Amino acid sequence: MLVHSRTGRWTAWAGFAVLFVPLFALPFLVIVAASFSTNWSGAFPSGPTTAHYAAAVRGESLQALTTSLVTAVTASLIALTAGTWAALAGAALGGGGPWGRRAKRVLDALFMLPVAVPSVVVGLAVLVAYSQPPVLLNGTRWIVILAHTVLVTAFAHQSVSAAVVRLDPMYEQAAAGLGARPSYVLLRVKLPLLLPSLNAAAGLCFALSMGELSATMMLYPPDWTPLPVLIFTRTDRGALFTGSALAVVLMAATLLALLAVSRIRTKASYR
Amino acid sequence: MTSGIRFDAVSVAYGGTTVLDRLDLTVEPGEVIALLGPSGSGKTTALRAVAGFVRPVSGRVLIGDRDVTALPPYRRGIGMVVQQYALFPHLRVEANVAFGLKARKTPKDEIPGRVAEALEMTGMAAYAHRYPRELSGGQQQRVAIARALAIRPKVLLLDEPLSALDAQLRSGMLAELARLHRELPDVSILYVTHDQVEALTLADRIAVMDKARLQDCGTPQDLYRRPRTEFTASFVGNANLLPVTVTADGVAFDGTELNVAPGDATPGAATLCVRPHLVGLGEGPNALRGRIVEVQWRGSTHRLYVEVGGHRVKADVRELRETPLLGSEVTLHFAPEDAVLLAAGVNDDH
Repeated sequence: MLVHSRTGRWTAWAGFAVLFVPLFALPFLVIVAASFSTNWSGAFPSGPTTAHYAAAVRGESLQALTTSLVTAVTASLIALTAGTWAALAGAALGGGGPWGRRAKRVLDALFMLPVAVPSVVVGLAVLVAYSQPPVLLNGTRWIVILAHTVLVTAFAHQSVSAAVVRLDPMYEQAAAGLGARPSYVLLRVKLPLLLPSLNAAAGLCFALSMGELSATMMLYPPDWTPLPVLIFTRTDRGALFTGSALAVVLMAATLLALLAVSRIRTKASYR
Repeated sequence: MTSGIRFDAVSVAYGGTTVLDRLDLTVEPGEVIALLGPSGSGKTTALRAVAGFVRPVSGRVLIGDRDVTALPPYRRGIGMVVQQYALFPHLRVEANVAFGLKARKTPKDEIPGRVAEALEMTGMAAYAHRYPRELSGGQQQRVAIARALAIRPKVLLLDEPLSALDAQLRSGMLAELARLHRELPDVSILYVTHDQVEALTLADRIAVMDKARLQDCGTPQDLYRRPRTEFTASFVGNANLLPVTVTADGVAFDGTELNVAPGDATPGAATLCVRPHLVGLGEGPNALRGRIVEVQWRGSTHRLYVEVGGHRVKADVRELRETPLLGSEVTLHFAPEDAVLLAAGVNDDH
């Protein structure tokens, strides 16, 4: 234990409360409170109602939620595939002498780029790039999914890369020594051993995509409005309480999905 | 197809450093060869060249009659067991053992029988449904051996398979490996170790490696009784290495004429190798007088360090009734036939 004395511990708890409550807890509590209210003119909200929630799971709002879920799942799956592929390729390059190591650094840097570049810039870049034939995606749902994929692949690549580095090469060699081709080794040994990290990466990608707004704002077509965009436009027009209910729905949907992913226990995680 | 392994002038280098220097060695079908040497001697590199994990810069590796130098590991048909077992943690014991069979597309109905046979052979049949993490080190090693044997390899590579086990388990597994080899007389085994006891116990021949080169190769008895180099003498068993002078008249140590067959030794400086347990206490042929500088009681024996003419001579004598006093004068002797003359290179610190 870092703090031994009783007073010291109380002070630490008090310090934690002072930082945590206003920074993290209070804003969320305010959103939840607002989502159940019709009026907030004094210190506390008034006119309790569940009407905002009834509206949030119908019509346009429900469609926005579905849109967000489909976008996040699709983007996460593509990102996970591309990120894992790049991480494995990078590891293979890194073991191939000085030129290989240089190539790996370039590859890593390329995949990190979307993290370094503001997402609004990524949105603009995707918009400019795919508004002209031959690849005309502007006005379709695919441009939103593409932008989300670009944004989250960086995180998938990074988290799988870290796991690939920790993967002991002796497993791969043992498998090859037993007569397993590289593809068999990948499917039966490497991916199963990487599964815990793949899970974590999938959860991270999904959560990031569910909350993405800035790039989406530049790209979304009228028939593909993700939930964060709807929350933004509603509150922008002054419908604060409806927006709050939608925000709570977004939070709940994301948390539920993350919980489901974390429940996928893998044998490798019991090592 | 005949089995066996042949190294044909195999050299391996990493970034300009030669880690294996023109190795020529043949493991006959059914033979056990131990590659014995200190760490960094190139022994593991030699084994990895057979497995296909390192690519020689020159020379050829043959398994049977087949040149496998350019083949990827999965096409070489070898069984391999490494120091850290490398059992797949996400697979049960039976799936680990079946791994090689499935990877090689063995007919499905054959697999359970082959897995059971391999587990039976290593005494692990009762643990088929366990995960590797539920097994002790010795049990994991048995599964690793079963996994390597299940594919019925003609060539088995063992890379320090016992070094992660404690001393008692190690001697048990050593006997087990000897039994397995008797049951599988056609399998050629290349056994990498730095432990001379493992090499002496298991190997038909020992290849002694040092500084990336093969120093010596012969049967354990041959290397132990008639080592050809100082390195072999000190690495295979214990040895007293005494600087002697060979003249036309005979062999002299510290001014004392010794009764040792000079053989074909050239006149000049040479090294005399005598095993400590062949040195006796008291008067006898080749008597050496000296002073005891250290005594170690080792249960059934006493190890005496006796200073003779500025050189320490080790003698392992049967447990003495009374522990000799430090500093007391004693006489040591050895039989003429127990001494071996080696080419010079003075080194009496082993």
